[in-house]
Amino acid sequence: MKAFISHTGTAVPLRRSNVDTDQIIPAQYLKRVTRSGFEDGLFNAWRQDPTFVLNQPQYKSATILVAGPDFGTGSSREHAVWALQNYGFEVVISPRYGDIFRNNSLKAGLLTVIVAQAVVEELWDAIEANPALEIAVDLAARELRFGGKNVRFDLDDYTRWRLMEGLDDIGLTLRNVDSIATYEEKRPAFKVKTLPARS
Amino acid sequence: MGKTLAQKIWEDHVVHSAPGEPDLLYIDLHLIHEVTSPQAFDGLRLAGRKVRRPDLTIATEDHNTPTIDIDKPIADPISKLQVDTLRKNAAEFGIRLHSLGDIEQGIVHVVGPQLGITQPGMTIVCGDSHTSTHGAFGALAFGIGTSEVEHVLATQTLPQGKPKMMAVNVEGTLRKGVTSKDIILALIAKIGTGGGQGYVIEYRGSAIRALSMEARMTICNMSIEAGARAGLIAPDQVTFDYIKGRPHAPESGEWESAVEYWKNLYSDSDAQFDVQVDLDANTLSPFVTWGTNPGQGVPLDSNIPAPSDFADEASRNAAERALEYMGLQAHTPLKSVKIDTVFLGSCTNGRIEDLRAAAEVIKGKKIAAGLRMLVVPGSARVREQAQREGLNKVFLDAGAEWREAGCSMCLGMNPDQLKPGERSASTSNRNFEGRQGKGGRTHLVSPLVAAATAIRGTLSSPDDL
Ligand code: SF4
Repeated sequence: MKAFISHTGTAVPLRRSNVDTDQIIPAQYLKRVTRSGFEDGLFNAWRQDPTFVLNQPQYKSATILVAGPDFGTGSSREHAVWALQNYGFEVVISPRYGDIFRNNSLKAGLLTVIVAQAVVEELWDAIEANPALEIAVDLAARELRFGGKNVRFDLDDYTRWRLMEGLDDIGLTLRNVDSIATYEEKRPAFKVKTLPARS
Repeated sequence: MGKTLAQKIWEDHVVHSAPGEPDLLYIDLHLIHEVTSPQAFDGLRLAGRKVRRPDLTIATEDHNTPTIDIDKPIADPISKLQVDTLRKNAAEFGIRLHSLGDIEQGIVHVVGPQLGITQPGMTIVCGDSHTSTHGAFGALAFGIGTSEVEHVLATQTLPQGKPKMMAVNVEGTLRKGVTSKDIILALIAKIGTGGGQGYVIEYRGSAIRALSMEARMTICNMSIEAGARAGLIAPDQVTFDYIKGRPHAPESGEWESAVEYWKNLYSDSDAQFDVQVDLDANTLSPFVTWGTNPGQGVPLDSNIPAPSDFADEASRNAAERALEYMGLQAHTPLKSVKIDTVFLGSCTNGRIEDLRAAAEVIKGKKIAAGLRMLVVPGSARVREQAQREGLNKVFLDAGAEWREAGCSMCLGMNPDQLKPGERSASTSNRNFEGRQGKGGRTHLVSPLVAAATAIRGTLSSPDDL
């Protein structure tokens, strides 16, 4: 995974709440067996509307998505994260996320920043007034900077460290492979097994 | 201080714990399906890794599978590729797979419990948000993404931050015609789609204890629609009786030690929950959603709300958008809303009890002219059982379609979809825009309401017949 230290870019104001993962990428687009090529599915239904914010030329090169509360609720499809990344987004900003989406994003290196609804509204207004507004997302300082303002955001130390080092979770876990083996030895005999199959 | 049920299960599964790090949890069971696994297996191959515990892993084909002509090759080439990829991966990594046509094939959350591999006190994960279904057995069960699927395949563990604890107390007795689906729809309408975010919900109280195992699964299934990571119910005699005799139930000799362990799985009387929510079962009535998220629900015998009924601006805007998408007018009685398609199925309500309940309402009647009703059993076994009981005949005689098992119109990845503007009454779990097909409009209902609606052609409860 690519390390994430900081990112500066322009943003898209998505003035919607409850953007579920079915909207981010509809089921019909989940059939690929690779991790790339999902950009066409991103917000596919909404993009049919020429006035939809992603279709507006001033937001074409944006890399930050600013959305309303409860972004990424619903299905566990990590394809939603890949679609955002494949399209070119590096950061999402919202007051609240679906739990599984947030987990997926932080595993896949898409930074999901949580700020108060008031900050989101302020960002929406500022971006609409000036679509070229640059927003700096500084993970080291856990800070957003835009238009002369600084806004702190929270992220636990462990996740922040993992993102900044670009570390693969599996590699980290395998450092504890002995503890896994020890645990397995102590599992009770009545614990279920799927093999051999019984029916 | 006492512990909650979820905390007890958590502590029994900690493999490694260090300050400032998430706990590393052991995973007792990993369920797999074709949509969220291909990239995970690819990752294993790239890194030269194996599946650590194929004997704690099981796969089924469900999301893409057709519900007619299953003896022919899958018509959509991309769906076929995804299913073929699962078959190839299962063979390569030594994983048990139940393919289309196999009697154990079906929706992953129906198959686990019916095989008896879902048991109390387990940690269960799947690359699917409705893994919370298995919590009905007193297991800690939650959905994960594809990166995590790869992680579990490689290590049989998952790093997890501790969730907060919510107790939902449902006291009283459900009236006739009111089901567990109505309990969960009412709860989500009350706390909202974000209300459970960051929590594991434990459902408790006399109304929960009175439910059958399958009705409990319906409630835990939709915990995710309240935003919760997982939902669970303390196991009791109902749970043990359901598991006993199933293919993978502990065998005699082990059964006793299993039950002894299971009997300790409850929240201590002095356990601390971060939040408590109360719901009065006595006053509940059949519930239905009118909007485009599962929290936009009201009692079936009320009117469609107006955006101005909502206090905050975000909810007002969401309601306005939802009414527009749904093609509905505020203040219209829900019972006057005309339905084109009734879908009976999914991991929420595609079990044998659901089919029996709907068949009971439909028996001897005909579905409304011009309406389409799809009955899709949750698994091939459920289908077979229903046929033995003659339920297929009840549905077919009424004019409904009797299909093969799978996810089907719950998410419309296969050809079972709504057309733009078409309106469904669906026993599934999500009414998102386009969920059942681009432009489709979904009302979430219980199997009883689905059946009555099929007959009257407008949203109805069995009392209206
Ligand atoms: S039935 Fe629907 S909700 Fe359940 S696993 Fe299938 S697609 Fe997901």
